[in-house]
Amino acid sequence: MNYNWNWGIFFQPNPMGTGTYLDLLLSGLALTLKTAALAWIIALVTGSVVGVMRTLPSRGAYWFGFCYVEFFRNMPLLVQLFLWFFVLPELLPKEAGLWLKQLPNAPFWTAAIGIGFFMSARVAVQLQAGIGSLPRGQRMAATALGLTTVQGYRYVLLPMAFRIILPPLTSEFLNTIKNTAVAITIGLLELTGQARSMQEFSFQVFEAFTAATILYLLVNAVVVTAMRFLERYVAIPGYITGK
Amino acid sequence: MFSNFDFDVIVRALPYLFYEGMSFTVMLTALSAAGGLIFGTAIALMRLSGYKTLGRIAGLYVDFMRSLPLVLVIFWFYFLVPYIGQWVTGASRPITVGAFASSLITFIMFEAAYFSEIMRAGIQSISRGQPAAASALGLSYAQTMRYVVLPQAFRNMLPVLLTQTIVLFQDTSLVYVLSITDFLGAASKVAQRDGRLVEMYLFAAVVYFTISCVASFGVRRLQSRIAILR
Repeated sequence: MNYNWNWGIFFQPNPMGTGTYLDLLLSGLALTLKTAALAWIIALVTGSVVGVMRTLPSRGAYWFGFCYVEFFRNMPLLVQLFLWFFVLPELLPKEAGLWLKQLPNAPFWTAAIGIGFFMSARVAVQLQAGIGSLPRGQRMAATALGLTTVQGYRYVLLPMAFRIILPPLTSEFLNTIKNTAVAITIGLLELTGQARSMQEFSFQVFEAFTAATILYLLVNAVVVTAMRFLERYVAIPGYITGK
Repeated sequence: MFSNFDFDVIVRALPYLFYEGMSFTVMLTALSAAGGLIFGTAIALMRLSGYKTLGRIAGLYVDFMRSLPLVLVIFWFYFLVPYIGQWVTGASRPITVGAFASSLITFIMFEAAYFSEIMRAGIQSISRGQPAAASALGLSYAQTMRYVVLPQAFRNMLPVLLTQTIVLFQDTSLVYVLSITDFLGAASKVAQRDGRLVEMYLFAAVVYFTISCVASFGVRRLQSRIAILR
């Protein structure tokens, strides 16, 4: 293999003037984590609302939830990002569209919102399954105690459901982190994007991608370990995984 | 809002979008699904083989692939495959690999990790008595897998495998990062040439949405039809 390995490249200054190539990659990592965090908050909040709607007795709420999930699940994430980034500003009234286009950090906000809504459909499906896995008696008991629907969800159903779906939610969170790499297409310089620009500046393809790979693996390991602790902490007594 | 929406742009681009773009997307999806299923089944068998090292290697591969973003993997293989080709063929320079071959290899290797988890669940869903009965009948390991375990595992998991294929169909749009003319790539090229981003991206979204929706509806129908009664 006639490839010139140069592992010292990470400590050489990058052409952006922002320190070394390692700093370049680390700034990408920071942006990846920031985007993923904001996207995850959006996904969790809207996903929970839609997931609850899919379990309500109201037919209208069920159908809204159904359409919402199908809409966001049946389009590639890349296409959704393009819709948010290129199409939405054109369809809005002129001033609003112009404001959107001139927003500083537009790729960051677009990526966080686009990935957030994309993942919210998946969160909704998980939550619906979690609520559905509870015995019917729980909902009935809540009603029998005189709790309103809101109180029933707040104090009985949701605390159980979220603890049951914690493992699948962990992998959805990991997917959110991985999906931020798609935002490279709208110009977000997250970890993969910075690895790519390092490759273009320095021609050290494999060093750049190896470093990015290791960073992704590290993030993965940290999240998985943290979630194991959380899972043990919130495990429901009496369930197989419980204490 | 839609006052200057130009449907004519879409109509004029249709042959290009479907003959060039969609045929690439569908071909890539079908071949990657087939290749991913074969490799994935092999990985699942390795993990369940009972040989510790073999199982661990397979497990590491799956965990590794599943912790990386697909975009990064696409870049990896795009740059790596020419060097691997050089090493295999003993050529003096990195060989040139076409866009299609490069993305096909990427998707097969990447999807194998996901398909292997599905097949592993499928194989584990077969009751213990079945392989025991097979070996009591004198079937070898290969025969047991070929005639008893895998056909049932495949059948049980068919809906999940097809759902994963729909996800794969959507994920192939990511070859956009290599400027390949798949369906989205074709739409994007027309969009940029004619300055008609709104029309082309909306049309691409509608096409992806329709195909995925119809396909997942079909999978749901199939699921209720082939479910084995126990």
